[in-house]
Amino acid sequence: MPAPAAHTVKAFDEDVRQLRAIIAEMGGLAEQGLAEALRALRHRDAEAAMRVVENDNRIDLLELEVENAVVQLIALRAPLADDLREAVAALKIASVVERIGDYAKNIAKRVPALERGGDIEPLSLLPEMGRIAGEMVHLVLDAFAARDPDKAVEVCQRDKAVDDFYNSIFRTLLTHMMENPHTITQAAHLLFVAKNIERIGDHATNVAEMVYYAATGERMSERPRGGDAGSPPR
Amino acid sequence: MTTQAADAASSTKIVARDVSVFYGAKKAIDAVSIDIDQDHVTAFIGPSGCGKSTFLRSFNRMNDTIPNARVEGSITLDGKDIYSSDMDVVQLRARVGMVFQKPNPFPKSIFENVAYGPRIHGLASGRAELEEVVEKSLRRAGLWEEVKDRLNESGTALSGGQQQRLCIARAIAVDPEVILMDEPASALDPIATARIEELIHELRGRYAIVIVTHNMQQAARVSQRTAFFHLGHLVEYGDTRAIFTNPKQERTKDYITGRYG
Ligand SMILES: Nc1ncnc2c1ncn2[C@@H]1O[C@H](COP(=O)(O)OP(=O)(O)OP(=O)(O)O)[C@@H](O)[C@H]1O
Ligand SMILES: [Mg+2]
Repeated sequence: MPAPAAHTVKAFDEDVRQLRAIIAEMGGLAEQGLAEALRALRHRDAEAAMRVVENDNRIDLLELEVENAVVQLIALRAPLADDLREAVAALKIASVVERIGDYAKNIAKRVPALERGGDIEPLSLLPEMGRIAGEMVHLVLDAFAARDPDKAVEVCQRDKAVDDFYNSIFRTLLTHMMENPHTITQAAHLLFVAKNIERIGDHATNVAEMVYYAATGERMSERPRGGDAGSPPR
Repeated sequence: MTTQAADAASSTKIVARDVSVFYGAKKAIDAVSIDIDQDHVTAFIGPSGCGKSTFLRSFNRMNDTIPNARVEGSITLDGKDIYSSDMDVVQLRARVGMVFQKPNPFPKSIFENVAYGPRIHGLASGRAELEEVVEKSLRRAGLWEEVKDRLNESGTALSGGQQQRLCIARAIAVDPEVILMDEPASALDPIATARIEELIHELRGRYAIVIVTHNMQQAARVSQRTAFFHLGHLVEYGDTRAIFTNPKQERTKDYITGRYG
């Protein structure tokens, strides 16, 4: 999907560009937060985990910046059509990305509790699951930047893999808890970590749906399977 | 291109088919077909010079008054061809009233401004009935309370917004079926504009209303159907919400989002 033509009022384009830049920065921070939380978890690095928790503040501040920018854009530019859809999507995406940051922070917060205790097997699955969720976040922000509905669809398709991982980890942890009750605390923490990652996947999917709507004006769930997407529906 | 924006439930008031309008050799409107609903407000939008006013004027044959203007194609009102030779044009303009961009009250009293139409069309017999029509029209136009004690003052002494409502009262007084408005609020401040918009909202359903406006927000607020014109062509016609959130045509999108030209 090509970038739309420039607005007659140049400042409008500048406003939109700035809004998109803030969201890109938020997304980058959330993605990085998730990666570092998982690294801290793997290496039992409580200090690195602390940094993830601290950095999350920055994401919260950026969300406020997006909110201000969108309110200004609506008040001053009265956007319509794709501009309007993009402004609304930006507002919602910012709040979802902020949630993704919170999940990464939540994962990081569990690292100190997991410092003691030996490896249990599901720990080896979490990094892979986290990597896919992180990729979804990365990809969906690319899709937003490029206004690319196809890429947004791709993000949604990957969510299945994350869900499959979650179900598999859930069952494994449950078995662990039943067989070795002394691992219950650790397993419960890991279960929450897995759940957090699963939610990140869901949120990336939500963002993908908003990107799709902003770019096309159609809901992804209603998207035509082949055939003429462009002709008006009457 | 579809000519109908209506759901099947709403009845069609005006049907235009392949309408072209020329000024001398210049084609200002090019083969436009559209159905205007009875129960909805229809907005005409488009860049300056695209032919909105020209097309609007063809609905009550106001183009007849412009030398070397010529209309081709067919326009029917309730199924009857308005350009047929047995159409009474004075009668037509009473049925299809018009409100212009600049309020144009006659240099007469407020009362006379409204009473004029009903009187020449013989819609009121006697003073009492005429007074009734004037009051009813001014009430519908939302002006009664402001002018009821000064009906004998000149219409031109009113503020711009009041003058515009007076003109709407004047259009309403002859009990029209359709009201055409050509940028009725473009010379008014935001409060007066809001009053006109509220008025359009109240009049909707009683009259078929077509409004030309350059204010996209206004079109979005007051209309249920929007037609986008460009260079004499009807580019897109549809549900107002759809046009302003998800237009199908690139040219419509570029125009309403301010990316035009
Ligand atoms: N009386 C006239 N004689 C000759 N040409 C005319 C006349 N009125 C309009 N035109 C031409 O016809 C075209 C359409 O004009 P029209 O006034 O219908 O446009 P419009 O869409 O109403 O524009 P605006 O938004 O500026 O009111 C223009 O090119 C205009 O110059
Ligand atoms: Mg005009």
